[in-house]
Amino acid sequence: MEHCLKGTCVLVEPDRVHKSVYTDQAIFDREMANIWETTWVYCGHESQLKKTGDYATVQIGRQPMIMVRGGDGTIRVLYNRCPHRGVQLCGNRQGNTGSTFVCSYHAWTFHLDGRVKGIPLAHGYAGTRMTPDNPDCSMKAAARVDSYRGFVFASLSATGPSLLEFLGEARIAFDDMCDRSPEGEVEIVPVCHRVMQHSNWKFFMENQLDALHPSVTHQSTGVAAGRVERKLQEQGQKPPLFYHYLSTFASSFELWDSVQTVNFPRGHGILKGYMGLRPDDPDTKEYVAAMYRAYGEQQAQEYLGRSIHHVLIYPYLSVQSPLQQLRVLRPVAPDKTMAEIWHFRLKGVSQAIYRRALWYFNLVNSPATMINADDLENWTKGQWGLESNGGEWVSFHRNFGGDTRENGVTYSNNGTSEAVMRSQFEAWREYMNE
Amino acid sequence: MSDLHKRLLEDVVIFENKEAHKTGAQFIAPDHSPRHTVQGKPLPARSAVTEASLQQRVEELLFHQSELLDEKQWAAYIDLFAADGVYWMPVTPEQTEWLDYPSIFVEDRRMMEIRMGRVTHPNAWSQAPQWGTSHLVGNVVIESFSDTEICVRSRFQMMELRRDTTRHFAGTYRHKLQRVGDDFKISLQRVDLLNGQAPFDYVLQIWV
Repeated sequence: MEHCLKGTCVLVEPDRVHKSVYTDQAIFDREMANIWETTWVYCGHESQLKKTGDYATVQIGRQPMIMVRGGDGTIRVLYNRCPHRGVQLCGNRQGNTGSTFVCSYHAWTFHLDGRVKGIPLAHGYAGTRMTPDNPDCSMKAAARVDSYRGFVFASLSATGPSLLEFLGEARIAFDDMCDRSPEGEVEIVPVCHRVMQHSNWKFFMENQLDALHPSVTHQSTGVAAGRVERKLQEQGQKPPLFYHYLSTFASSFELWDSVQTVNFPRGHGILKGYMGLRPDDPDTKEYVAAMYRAYGEQQAQEYLGRSIHHVLIYPYLSVQSPLQQLRVLRPVAPDKTMAEIWHFRLKGVSQAIYRRALWYFNLVNSPATMINADDLENWTKGQWGLESNGGEWVSFHRNFGGDTRENGVTYSNNGTSEAVMRSQFEAWREYMNE
Repeated sequence: MSDLHKRLLEDVVIFENKEAHKTGAQFIAPDHSPRHTVQGKPLPARSAVTEASLQQRVEELLFHQSELLDEKQWAAYIDLFAADGVYWMPVTPEQTEWLDYPSIFVEDRRMMEIRMGRVTHPNAWSQAPQWGTSHLVGNVVIESFSDTEICVRSRFQMMELRRDTTRHFAGTYRHKLQRVGDDFKISLQRVDLLNGQAPFDYVLQIWV
């Protein structure tokens, strides 16, 4: 498709987009170059790397990177590539490399900041242009690394907005997560579930704030959970809170339509909706009291009362801050997307409070999820549908023209407005035309 | 307080504590049903052998359990568990508990009932494609036994076909069995999936 590369604007109209943005390899390659390998990409959390030499490998677009903690405590992000013959230096997903990266091929060694440390028989390079003082002998580093409240991001471009500018108001994702801890911090739980989606990454990003789909897609789980929940109530028992995590998916169309989405510049957004996480039990009372002590009543009430269901950092991050869940996309191909699924512990809260988030992680975000099973089915069939010639356009007409725009932020007046997708594609078009 | 922070304090409580009727595809199209539940299929027969050693009886239970999965006899499968029985698939073999650490599955009978209710609901869209499994259980070792309890370790191999794609799972079962008359009930089944932390190509919809 020649026109794709000339100007992606013809593929994106305010109320619809051309199917090829989900299926075309050339568009995908351009997304990798213009978006992932340029903008700030989430790498991980500081608490993943506790000791000197702790590392985790991470994919930024098409680039295999290593996030590593140096002897000075600094976290750096380096290309996972030996400058000699190109072999990857870390072959594992995470671990500790001691004080040195060692190449398995010819034993070139590197400091944790990427500088070359030693080359076997280094005299063999005397008189060549590859002497150890040449910067080409050292591992290449990401152009920029920064963090926000413990969440580490890297950009492979030396220019562009700062991390804070990139996040904009969507930084509430991390504020909301951390503010719910009386210590203002979270710690990563060292489990990463990975699920391959057989669909373009956009399906996931659109789905996360799509408030019409839950009652259709997830009805089976919502109804089944509601049935058991009611059975317990009829028996005079109090069903655990986490049953409600599932049964709520089958809420009515009208209820889902009554929530609001907030759509920021750069494609970020929020699905509002208070998750009812404050039942009147001793564990919650103890937690609320600790929050009052830490922040004062008024501030604590704001932190605990925020109406947030999901926050999206476009184009790859879905954060469910009230329950400390985070999903990050690593696109592989136009029709293949790896999701990495993590969750976090609030520091300074009881195990009972942690367990609420854990149940959500197990039931909704584990590889035995009773929710995403049906999402994945939709996205796979969606990808197949868009690869066909049965139509050219993908419709985002719902409530088109019915949203409120103030200071560059679009507030949907209906929860089910496709303002979310329209806003994401507005950002996409800007990235792709740069 | 910024405008955004003020807006975030406006409440819409999306947790409805009552059955929602105006929801789902059949509210839009009441005659719609992509799939009918299979009912009335006979259960696979238990072994006809009446004189058997403890080893043979335990093996027979494990074989029967895996056959119930392959035959999609969910209710009978759940019924193999004791009233307070738990099906547990931890994330790593080192894991010793499920309360404060993530698991892939941790389900008591009520949660298993929710899962069964989900996969048998006519609008469980992910259940529409034809799928099936074939389990093979072996290397059965009774680690300990008493008059009341038996601990048994075994290995399993499972192939799944869903639509046109096959997947292969393998690992270790650890059953803690209660003696109930001449039969057993499962008080705990631990499943250590060899590929538990490998990327999942699609997810697990039902117990392994």
